[in-house]
Order: sequence, then C-alpha cells, then structure tokens
Amino acid sequence: MGSILSGAEAASLVRALPGVDAVGLEARAAGLSTRSVKTTSKAHAIDLAISMIDLTTLEGADTPGKVRSLAAKAMRPDGDAPATAAVCVYPSMVATAKEALQGSGVLVASVATGFPAGQVPLDVRLADTESAVRAGADEIDMVINRGAFLAGDLERVFHEIKAVKAASGDARLKVILETGELATYDAVRQASWLAMYAGADFIKTSTGKVGVNATLPVTLLMMQAVRDYRAATGIQVGVKPAGGIRNTKDAIKYLVTVNEVLGDDWLSNHWFRFGASSLLNDLLMQRQKLKTGHYSGPDYVTVD
Amino acid sequence: MSERLRVKKTYKLYVGGKFPRSESGRSYPVSSPDGTELANAALASRKDARDAVAAARKAQRPWAGQTAYLRGQILYRAAEMLEGRAGQFAEELADATGADPHDALGTVEAAIDRLVHYAGWTDKYTSVLGGANPVAGPYFNHTTPEPLGVVAVIAPQDDPLLGLVEAIAPAIATGNTVVVLASEAKPLPALSFGEVLATSDLPGGVVNLLSGKAAEVAPHLASHADVNGLDLTGADPELAASLEAAAAETLKVVRRPGKSGKALDLLRQWTEYKTVWHPAGMAAGAGGAY
Repeated sequence: MGSILSGAEAASLVRALPGVDAVGLEARAAGLSTRSVKTTSKAHAIDLAISMIDLTTLEGADTPGKVRSLAAKAMRPDGDAPATAAVCVYPSMVATAKEALQGSGVLVASVATGFPAGQVPLDVRLADTESAVRAGADEIDMVINRGAFLAGDLERVFHEIKAVKAASGDARLKVILETGELATYDAVRQASWLAMYAGADFIKTSTGKVGVNATLPVTLLMMQAVRDYRAATGIQVGVKPAGGIRNTKDAIKYLVTVNEVLGDDWLSNHWFRFGASSLLNDLLMQRQKLKTGHYSGPDYVTVD
Repeated sequence: MSERLRVKKTYKLYVGGKFPRSESGRSYPVSSPDGTELANAALASRKDARDAVAAARKAQRPWAGQTAYLRGQILYRAAEMLEGRAGQFAEELADATGADPHDALGTVEAAIDRLVHYAGWTDKYTSVLGGANPVAGPYFNHTTPEPLGVVAVIAPQDDPLLGLVEAIAPAIATGNTVVVLASEAKPLPALSFGEVLATSDLPGGVVNLLSGKAAEVAPHLASHADVNGLDLTGADPELAASLEAAAAETLKVVRRPGKSGKALDLLRQWTEYKTVWHPAGMAAGAGGAY
C-alpha cells in the first residue's frame, strides 16, 4: 500500500506532532514492567514470544551452514515449542535460508538498504532491496537515512522509504528507525509517523549494531504512534523491537505492553515481532523449567 | 556531646562479585548459642539461588581457563587477606559458636593455612591425578582431570569458617565455580569471608555465598540442571537423602556427608577425567611435525 500524501504534506504533519512527555513515558513503561505473569499465563506468554521471534544472524562471519542451522532451529526450536516467525539474514543469505525453510511456514526476512548504516547511494540501496526480494525474501528490514533525518530533511527520508516500499513489491516492509541514534523521544515519534505515512508495514526500533538498542519506553512510544495512526487512518502497522532483549522477563514486559497499549489485535506474529537471537534460548530454558519443575541450563539448548 | 553510635554491618549475600540483599527482601535474626542477638542475615530465596548459579556458570569457563599458577596466586591472596583480618574473624567465630576466643583464633589460622595448602595444589593435582597411559598402539594416551563446572555446596552447619574453606578451596582450586549455602544458624563468618574473597582478585561469580534455610533453598540447587556437582556435607541425613534423589534426575556428582576430607580426595571429587588419544607413530614416521 502506497501513501496518498506528498512528501511536503507528510513532513509538515510530522513536524506538527506534539512533543513527548519523557518523564510520563518512562514512568508508564516502568509501571508496565512490574506485572507478574505466572504459571499457565507465563507458559502461554513464552510460546507466544517464541512464535514472534525473528531469529536473527547478521554477522560478517555468517556462512550458509550457520544460516541452515539457524533455520533448523527456527522451524523446531525444542520439542513441541512453536516455530519462530521468521529468520532474519543479510541479502546474500536469503536464498540459503529460503531453501532451508521451504514449506515450513517460517518466513525469510532480509535486511537491506545498506544495513546497518544505510550510508550508500539510493540506487545501491534499492538494488540491494530488489536482489533480496528476487532471492525470495518475504520481508524486508530497511534502515532509514538517519543522516538526512537528523539534518531535518524529512521529505527525503519519506521519498526514500516510499522508493524502497515500491522496490519491495509484495514483501512486507519493516522500517528500522535506529532509535539509539535519534537521540530524543520527539525524534522517535516523528520518525515513526514519517515511516507510517510513507507506507511502512512495520516500524522497528534498531539494527542491533549500535550501543543503545530497543528499550521499553522507546517501544512503548512507537506502539502509541501505531495505535494513533490506526485511529487516524484505519491502517494497522506492526511493531518490532530489536536488539538487547535477552531474557524471558524482558520479553514478557514487552508482551504486557503490547496488550495494554495496542490490545489483542496486535498480539500475533503478524503484527508484533522480536528481533533477537539469544532470547530464544532463554525462552526455551524457561519453558523447560515450567515443564520439568526444575531450573534448566545452557547445556540443554543449542549453541549458536 | 552525645555518645557515638557504632556502625553495624549489614550481612548480605555474595553473588557474582557483588553484595546484594535477598531479592525476596527477607532477612532472619542470627544469635549466638547463648541467645545474644548478633545481627540480621539475608534469607535467600530460590531466585537468589538461581541468580547465583547463573553467575557461577558465567564465571566458570574463564576461571577454568586461567593458568593454574594464577588460581594459586589468588587463593594465596585470599589467605593473605584472611590473615590481615584474623582478629575480626576470631571474634565473629567466637560469637557464632560460643568457642573460647583463643581457640577461635586457632581455627581462623587453620583456615588460613588450608587456603595456602590448596593454593599450592593448583598446579600439582593434574600431575598427581592424571598421567600418560601406556597403550599398545602408536598413540600418545594421556588423562587429565578437568573441572566439573558449577558445584553447589551445603556448607557444614557447625564449622562455619574452617569447614566452609575446606569445601570451597578444593573446588575452586581445580577450576570449578561454587554456590555455597552457608551454615543456617551460623552464617556470619561465611558472609564476612565473602569480603575476603572480594578483595583477593577472585573474579566475581567464582564463589557465591548464600545464607538461608537449607530445606528451602537446597532442593532448588539439587534439581538445577545447570549444577554439575553437589556437596551435601552440611545437610542432615533426611535432607541429604531427598537432595540426592533430586540430583539424580539431572546427573550430578554428589558428595555424601561424612566422606573423606583428605586433600587429594577433595580435589578428585570435583574433577572428571578426560583421556586423549593422539596418533604418535604415524606422524613421526612420516617425518611430520604436529
């Protein structure tokens, strides 16, 4: 779905957004972090979280073998645990992942557009996207041009996202805001709306490649933007926190926040994802704990 | 001028190199045998035990990877630190056990000597326990003792310092990390011993000290799949039996109460043997190096 707005209209709407009450936002996030989720609810939350994971490997040292073993884990993490939502790889590994995941229902997500910095010419970023789609990616994780955004050139960011959306074709587009580099909550709110106006199917916090990754307040802020965007336009957009979510406790905090801010409509892996790699093992260990009654350990999950 | 109030110590847990209170927020009063209240100690919960195991697991590989020489130096450093605070420990021990202060000092000195003893063992036990095995084939075959991993210790109930040191030192000398449940009624010397370890260059997480009820916390350590060894020295017979049953579910090495306290037996207790076959003749015959 393309945007009906022009760049200038989107930029002026975004500039007119109210500022963020940072103290209130953080207090709300802290309040949502105190919920206690136990026993059967916890078991349900763990399985839901597993089904929402984009199991990710984005290293220079990625090999086809590593991607295949990650795909095997995504399809069957542990015993009767549900499969993850997707496997997230670099464009050069999409074909390998696609082949390994054939017929499993687990999607292939590819980062693109010069990930993680995005500091390459637009035609290269678009070619990057097209090649990932051609190789079979079901979802594209693009990075926004933070340089242009921080310089105030919102129109340029808007047009670039639109161009990548067009290049993605049928693949769902996740727009990475890289909130750790945007510096303020106001900028995160603006970038969220700008991405949605430009046609994002998902807004995603981070690449996982900078010091500050997903935090609960930032993700809460993005959820509020997504909620308000649907109220204003009727279009539903997904949210994906990525990077830094390592344990079950954190994952459950995010699920509680989704439930409180967005409600049931977003509580599925079509609308909410975790970008993570080590989180899965912790979820599996907690799952084993609930099943066996005793604490598990890293010897009882796969090393990856 | 008002009289100065003494600053009293809050006895906390020692987990991952830090001194946290129990996550449960609980504490319990500790008294001397004559009923004098000494202090409040943190009452550890199963989540404290879980956190301690996680800290011990994280610390284990780097600790085992250190040179034997360095492990020895650190144990010796702990002896130095304990020596410098012998007076304080003698006092705490006398308060805890009701022992004569002079005898208590003797016990502290024995604990210091025990640390030095195991400091000396760190680079020797592999030669004594392991070795090159004669095999009928063109192979070098050698056996080396390797650390088990994480060892949970129910420390002796009536010997709160020397017994504790005797449980900890051989386990960490061989590259294990430990989670220790201190004497339930006399935990204060153990908790102070954490301060000695914290100032001995011992990496955080190698020794984790919990105070609390053995019957409450120990079952969670015994059944924990990420604990490789279980020392039941301080568990009463009934508890020891149930802990051993729980440990069997997750394949642990168990040291039953009353087993030998000889140094070499203790060092062997928390190691497992790895035997390596290495082709010898062929490489040598081909003139190649390996």
